Amino acid sequence: MHFGPHLLLAALEGLVTSAVLALTALGLSLVFGVMRIVNVAHGEFFMLGAVLAWAISTAISGHPAIGFVAALVIAPLFVGLVAFLAEWLVLRRLNYNPESTIVATIGMLYIIQQLALTFYGPEARPVEPPFSYRILLPWFGYSGYKLSVVAASAILLVITWLVLTRTKIGLIMRATQYDRETAQAFGIPVERVYAGVFAVGAMLAAIAAVLIVPISQAHYLMGQDPLLLSFIVVIIGGLGSLRGTVVAAVLIGLSDGIISMFFSPTLAKIIATLVVAMVLVFRPQGLFGTAPR
Amino acid sequence: MRDASPAKTYALHIGVIALLFALNFVLPDYHQGLFARIMALAVFAMGYNLLFGYVGLLSLGHAMFFSAGLYGAGLTVYHLGWGVPEAFVAGVACGALLALVIGLLALRTSGVAFMIVTMMFAQVFYLLVLYFAAWTGGDQGLVIQQASRVVSIGGASFDLTDPTVRYMSALALFAIVLLVTLAIVRSRFGRVLVAIRENEERTKMLGYDTVANKLAAVVASGAICAASGAAYALLFGYVGSNFASIQYSILPLLWVLLGGAATTLGPLIGTLFMYYVTDITSGFTSAYLLIVGVALILLVLFAPKGIMGSIRERWLGWLP
Repeated sequence: MHFGPHLLLAALEGLVTSAVLALTALGLSLVFGVMRIVNVAHGEFFMLGAVLAWAISTAISGHPAIGFVAALVIAPLFVGLVAFLAEWLVLRRLNYNPESTIVATIGMLYIIQQLALTFYGPEARPVEPPFSYRILLPWFGYSGYKLSVVAASAILLVITWLVLTRTKIGLIMRATQYDRETAQAFGIPVERVYAGVFAVGAMLAAIAAVLIVPISQAHYLMGQDPLLLSFIVVIIGGLGSLRGTVVAAVLIGLSDGIISMFFSPTLAKIIATLVVAMVLVFRPQGLFGTAPR
Repeated sequence: MRDASPAKTYALHIGVIALLFALNFVLPDYHQGLFARIMALAVFAMGYNLLFGYVGLLSLGHAMFFSAGLYGAGLTVYHLGWGVPEAFVAGVACGALLALVIGLLALRTSGVAFMIVTMMFAQVFYLLVLYFAAWTGGDQGLVIQQASRVVSIGGASFDLTDPTVRYMSALALFAIVLLVTLAIVRSRFGRVLVAIRENEERTKMLGYDTVANKLAAVVASGAICAASGAAYALLFGYVGSNFASIQYSILPLLWVLLGGAATTLGPLIGTLFMYYVTDITSGFTSAYLLIVGVALILLVLFAPKGIMGSIRERWLGWLP
C-alpha cells in the first residue's frame, strides 16, 4: 500500500478509537463535572460492560445480532445498577471528599477487577459482531461494523447533548454542577442527582465497551487504557464541557491511531501521556475550568 | 503532636528495632524471609508517609521512585558489574534526582491535579521501562545472580542471599530510615511540613517558603522510596516492570492508610498487617486484590486514621 491509503486506514482506525473514547470520557467528565470527584473505577465499569456483553451474547443462541442487541440493553443497565449501589453505599457516606473518594474508587477498581478474574477468567474472549458487511474502498475493504460504531457513538453523543441542554433533567444537572448549595435551596434533590449522574456515567462507559467488544476482545484488564485515555481527554477537553470532550477525543483517538500505525504503540502512549501531564502542569487552571482548589 | 516526652518516644522506637532484631533468632525460616521483605517494603511506606501523611500530598505515582531505586541499583549491577554499595547509592541517587525533577513539575499543581499528574508521570516511567525492554528486561524482568550480591567489607564478605544477612541488612535500612523519619518529623522542617498540610496559605503568610519545603519533602520521600527499591533489588535479586506499575503506587497508600497516616510506626504496622492478611487469605483464595479493595473501602469509611492513628487518638496522645 502507498502512503495515502495507509494514512486513510490509520485515520479510520483512529476514528473508531475516538468514537468509543468520546463516550467513555463523557461518562467520566459528567461525574467529574457534576460531582467534583475523580472516579478511578471508571475503566472497570467499561470492562464490566464488555465482559457482560460476552456473557449475554453467549447465553443467547440464534443470530449474533439478537445477542448483541440484548447485550447493548442489559449490560449498561446492570453496570448502572452497580454504580448506583456503589454511590449509595460508599461515596455518599464519604460526603464526596475528593481524596477519600479516590481511595474508595481505587478499592472498587480492585474489587470489580478481581471479581471479573474469578468469574470470567484470565482469557480474552471475542464477541461476534451483529453483522459482518465489508465496505469496499478502492484500496482495501473496511469493516462496516466499525463505521457503524462511529455512527452509533455520534448519535449517543447528540442525544446526551440534547438531554443536557434541552430538557428539565439537563437543567437540574447543570444547576447542581454550577452551585450545589443554591440548587439544594431551590428544592433540587442533589443526592438523587448525584446518584443518577454516577450511574449514567458508568452506563456510558458500558455502552462504549459493548460497542467495541466485537472489534477488540473482552478481557479483565481492559479497563486500564480507557481510564488513562479518558483522563487525558477530560483534561484536554475541559471540565464538564461536552464539546471539548468530543473534540479532544477525536484529537487523541486520531493521533493515537496514526502515531501507533507508524511508530510503536508504547511510544505513542508515552508521548501522549507526557504531553498531557505537561499541559496539566503548566495550565492547570485553564484546563480544569472552575474546579475547587 | 505534643512534645512532652522525647525519652519515651525514642525508647519506643528503639524498642521496636530491638524487638525486630530479636525476632531474627526466633522466627521460622519462612517468616524470617517474609519479615525481611516486609521491612524493606515498610521503608517504601515510610517514604510515602512522609509526603502523604505529613505534607498531605496524595501522590499516585510513587512506584516510579521505588522502581527508580530498583532499576538504578539492579541495572548497574547487571550491566555494569558494580558492587553492592555503589549500586545502592546509584539507586538512591536516581530516585532523588527523579523526585527533584518530578517535584519541580508536579508541585505546580495541587489537589486532584497533583494526583493525576503524578500518576501520569509514573505511567510514563512504566511505559519507558517496557519500551527499553532490551536493557530492563521488560515485564520478564532480570534476575541478579548470587555472585554479584556479595559485599566484602574489610576481610569479611557478606552474602546477601543468606537469610540472616538479608534479614539484618533489611533491619539496618529499616532502623536508619525509621530514626531519620522520626528526626525529620520532630525537627523544625517537619513542623513546617505539618503546618503546610493544615493550612498552606497561613504558613506562607508566616514567611515560610512553602514550595521549597514541599520540594524538599518530595525529594526526601523519593530518596527513601528509592532506597527501599534499591534494597529490594539487591536483597531479593529481581527487578521487573511489575514494580513500576500503578499497583505499586497504590500499595504504599494502602499500607500507610491502614497503619495510620502521619504516624512514624504506622507504615510498618500497615505493611506487616497487610502482608499477613494476604498471606493467610491466600491459603483459602487467590482473590488477593479483592481483599485489598475491600480493605481500602472499609478503611476510608470507618477508620480514616488507621491503626496507629486510632491508638494515638484513644490512648497514647504522645505517639509521634
